[in-house]
Order: sequence, then C-alpha cells, then structure tokens
Amino acid sequence: MKIGKERKPLESKVDMTPMIDIVFQLLVFFIMTFKIVTMEGDFKVKMPIATTQDNKMDEVFPTVLHVKIAAGDTGGVAQVEVDTDGDNLQTFTNDWPGNLTAYVENVVAAVEGDPSTAQDTEVEFDIDFSLRYLHTVKAIESVSGIIQPDRSIKKLIEKIKFKSKSRD
Amino acid sequence: MGRKRKIKSGELLEADLTPMIDVTFQLIAFFMFLINFSEVDRAEEILLPSSQLAKPPTEIAKYQILMNLEPGGKVKFEGQSIEQIQFMTPIFRQEIDAAKREGVNADEISVIIRAHEDTPTGLVQELISVCQESELESFSLRVKEKIN
Repeated sequence: MKIGKERKPLESKVDMTPMIDIVFQLLVFFIMTFKIVTMEGDFKVKMPIATTQDNKMDEVFPTVLHVKIAAGDTGGVAQVEVDTDGDNLQTFTNDWPGNLTAYVENVVAAVEGDPSTAQDTEVEFDIDFSLRYLHTVKAIESVSGIIQPDRSIKKLIEKIKFKSKSRD
Repeated sequence: MGRKRKIKSGELLEADLTPMIDVTFQLIAFFMFLINFSEVDRAEEILLPSSQLAKPPTEIAKYQILMNLEPGGKVKFEGQSIEQIQFMTPIFRQEIDAAKREGVNADEISVIIRAHEDTPTGLVQELISVCQESELESFSLRVKEKIN
C-alpha cells in the first residue's frame, strides 16, 4: 500500500489592496463631513401673557429690579439705570456690567437676609430698540450670576423679562 | 575586508504596512463616533454673542421652535427665509397645531431664538411679542458658550 506523501497546506494570498482603498475612501468621507461646532447655551426668559387673577391677601409679591439701558448712536450702551421697586436708583456708565452685578448682588443678599420680604426677585429690562443684542446678553449675564474664583457659578436672578416697547 | 551583499536585480523591498492600516481604522472609528448627521437648524451666518454663564440645556424640550434672527430683521426658520417678523404668525399657528397633535400645549413649547449679536434688541423683543400673541410663553435666548 502506497502511503500518500504529506502535502503542504495550500496557502492562498488574498490581495488586500482594494480593502485599503475603500478604507481610505471612508476616511476621506468622514473627514470631509466632520464639522466642529461651538457649544451653545441658553438664557431662559419666561414671558407669559398677563392673566387677571384674584389678589390673594397672603400672596408674596416679588422684588422687581428695573434695569433701563439707553443706547448710544452706534448701538452701544450709553447709560444703565437700575432701581429696586422704584427705590435706590443708581446710574452706571463706565464698567456698567460690573457695577450692575454688584448692585444685584446687594439686592439679592438683602432679600435673602430678610425672610419677611418677597422671596423671589425678578429683573425687568427696559432696553432701547437700537441697542445691539450683544449688550443685552451682557446685561442678562450680569444679573444672572457671577463666576467665582474657584470657577463655580453663583446664581443671582433667574427670572428675567422684557418690558414691552414700541419701535422709536 | 567585508563582503558586500549584492542586490539582485528585480528584488522588491517590502515594507510592512499593517500599523498604517491599524491607525487608519482607528481614525475611522474616531470619526464614526463623533459624526452627527442630524440636521441642526443653525444658520452659519448668525454670529451669536458669547457668555460664560450660558450652559447647554440639560433637558430636551417636548417640542421646540428654533429661529435664527438676522440684524436686518429677517427670520430664518427650517430653511425658510421670512422677510418680516410679523409674517411669522401663521408659521407659529402651524407649529402650535403640530405640537397639539403630539400632545404638547402652546405654553409648553420652547421657543429658541438665535439672534446675531448686531441685531437691534428691539427686533428680538418684537419677535417675542409676536410669539406671545400666538400664546407662546417659554423663550430661550441662545448664545455661544465662552470658555476661559
């Protein structure tokens, strides 16, 4: 009986070149469609339509800060006036964001320190039509919170609304 | 004297390309995880103001209306360009009807306004007023996140 010779296993070499071509095509596709977008955040403004409600005797009315921003010729900030329920009127021109934040901080500290007063504080903005939106956002930022040295955010006022105005 | 090895004619120098293919696959996997095909209605010409306090929203609204407002008063909404803010009223009606079909009331709709930084604030307020006339009351002013 003749015993067959041991044969070497067959080696098949698969040509990988087309696979590499496809891989590079895919890579180019993903690189071309990749888009770097900046993160965006929101400032919440709740403005319900005013409804008539019965006045409750024990209802706590919020402390309202009125911030009036006058626009200059080029849409910049000419002057910022702020008062608390009609009292303590202050006017800022230079470094108005910092001064506005300091004012709001004092008001919030006073409200929180006296439980008999209104627990909520709101800000009502009265802004000139022509003021650039950039400055409005800066004003909202100034009353919303402060970035502290340890990078945490101290929230000041969350309720923001705009006073209705007609076009000048 | 050392013997120099003669290079025979026709001999191919083969480089091992396996690491290159590995890195290429790594790159593909990286881009596949990061790529986002969803159509976010961001008008590229709108330059948003930036703020350190603005954080991305943590909760997704049940229904949202996202509008882009240009300095000239033109509103861009879902690919449409609306010349004047007052012409948005019928569009808001349609959106509110669509939201009601999904079980969302008008006061629960989140209105997101992406306004250019040079837009007069009065136009933003006008847009908010037109929204209020359609019983929309929850607004978000979108800004760019500034990282220091």
